Amino acid sequence: MSSTEALIEKLAGEAKAVRRLRPPLVRAALWLSAVAAVAVAAILLFSDLTVFARRAQDPKLALELIGTLFTGVAGIVAAFHLSLPDRSRLWALLPVPPLMLWVGASGYSCYRHWITFGPDGWQVGESAHCFVFILGVSAPLGAALYLVLRKARPLDPVATAALGGAGVAGLAAFVLQFFHPFDVTFMDLGIHLAGVLVVTLASLLSAATVGKT
Amino acid sequence: MSQQISEETEWAVLMIRAQDGDQGAYRRLLKEIVPYLRVVIRSYHRDGGDVEDAVQEALLTIHSARHTYDPARPFKPWLAAIGRRRAIDRLRRLKRTRGRETLLEPEHETNLADETNMETGYGDERALHAAVEQLPPGQRQAVTLLKLQEKSLKEAALESGMSVASLKVAMHRAMISLRKILSAGENRP
Repeated sequence: MSSTEALIEKLAGEAKAVRRLRPPLVRAALWLSAVAAVAVAAILLFSDLTVFARRAQDPKLALELIGTLFTGVAGIVAAFHLSLPDRSRLWALLPVPPLMLWVGASGYSCYRHWITFGPDGWQVGESAHCFVFILGVSAPLGAALYLVLRKARPLDPVATAALGGAGVAGLAAFVLQFFHPFDVTFMDLGIHLAGVLVVTLASLLSAATVGKT
Repeated sequence: MSQQISEETEWAVLMIRAQDGDQGAYRRLLKEIVPYLRVVIRSYHRDGGDVEDAVQEALLTIHSARHTYDPARPFKPWLAAIGRRRAIDRLRRLKRTRGRETLLEPEHETNLADETNMETGYGDERALHAAVEQLPPGQRQAVTLLKLQEKSLKEAALESGMSVASLKVAMHRAMISLRKILSAGENRP
């Protein structure tokens, strides 16, 4: 008996009934609902909604909110799809349009801020807190996402993790807007994007390291 | 075309039964998909050993990811994606290994001639046996028992009826005679 035939006998001998995974969209929706429930509770309990309501009158904030939320949701949905062997790799492009919207909206707001305040707009100010916030929210979300995604035994764990990381960081940047009592400065934008980038890279590297072991 | 469709449907049905715990269906499925996996993997690997290793890695992946197959979708894209991925992974691993390791080439050998890299060769053995045949009976017996049959001095003494001391002397003389015979053979044109 060849070693391949022996392997088949071994695998067949230990094959038990398995529970099929639900479709990726359903799984993504369930995960996002759970995160939404926690986020809504946190926002209601800890954020100053009157400040948010005042800032919300600026249509630019709406653009930013939509940009971050959609980047987050698209990243998560794409990660759930890419974790399966037979889904199109094009899912990886899903977060690109909302990401561009987000960067564009923030960039415009920064530009305006810079015109109004001049070089003062370049101050780091509260940005460091935003960075810590994005990392702090992304870490537990990323861990929760990892536990769900690994069930699919992703064939390309690195791409899956990168998209998951970008999604998680996008969601963190969205929630951050509720705890952000001031308009975004140029530095803020850089820091927010750096936060998203760091989370994405960290997910990517951890997946690559785990994959090698 | 219709055969392809029926094969794919059959595999999908077998996989659904395998997901439900039917080991017979699973065994049949794995056996039937191996040739298909080989075809997929052969477009990445030429070496037969590499193809078979990648096939086995793909089978292991199929086993651990069999719950991810969605019965509502076609089976072959799922299967081929796993085969391709394992073939590519193996290719990458081979590339990494080759970057660190150097294969032994002919120039790494101490001597290029085949027989110098073999412990024994047919030519050597025949010449040696012929040389042993030319020895006087006592010396020949000593060589046969002590060297060719690898017996101890005590055993050889018991079997030949010679004393240990005379066996040693015979062996010593035999070695000198053999050296002479063999070196004479080598010098012959």
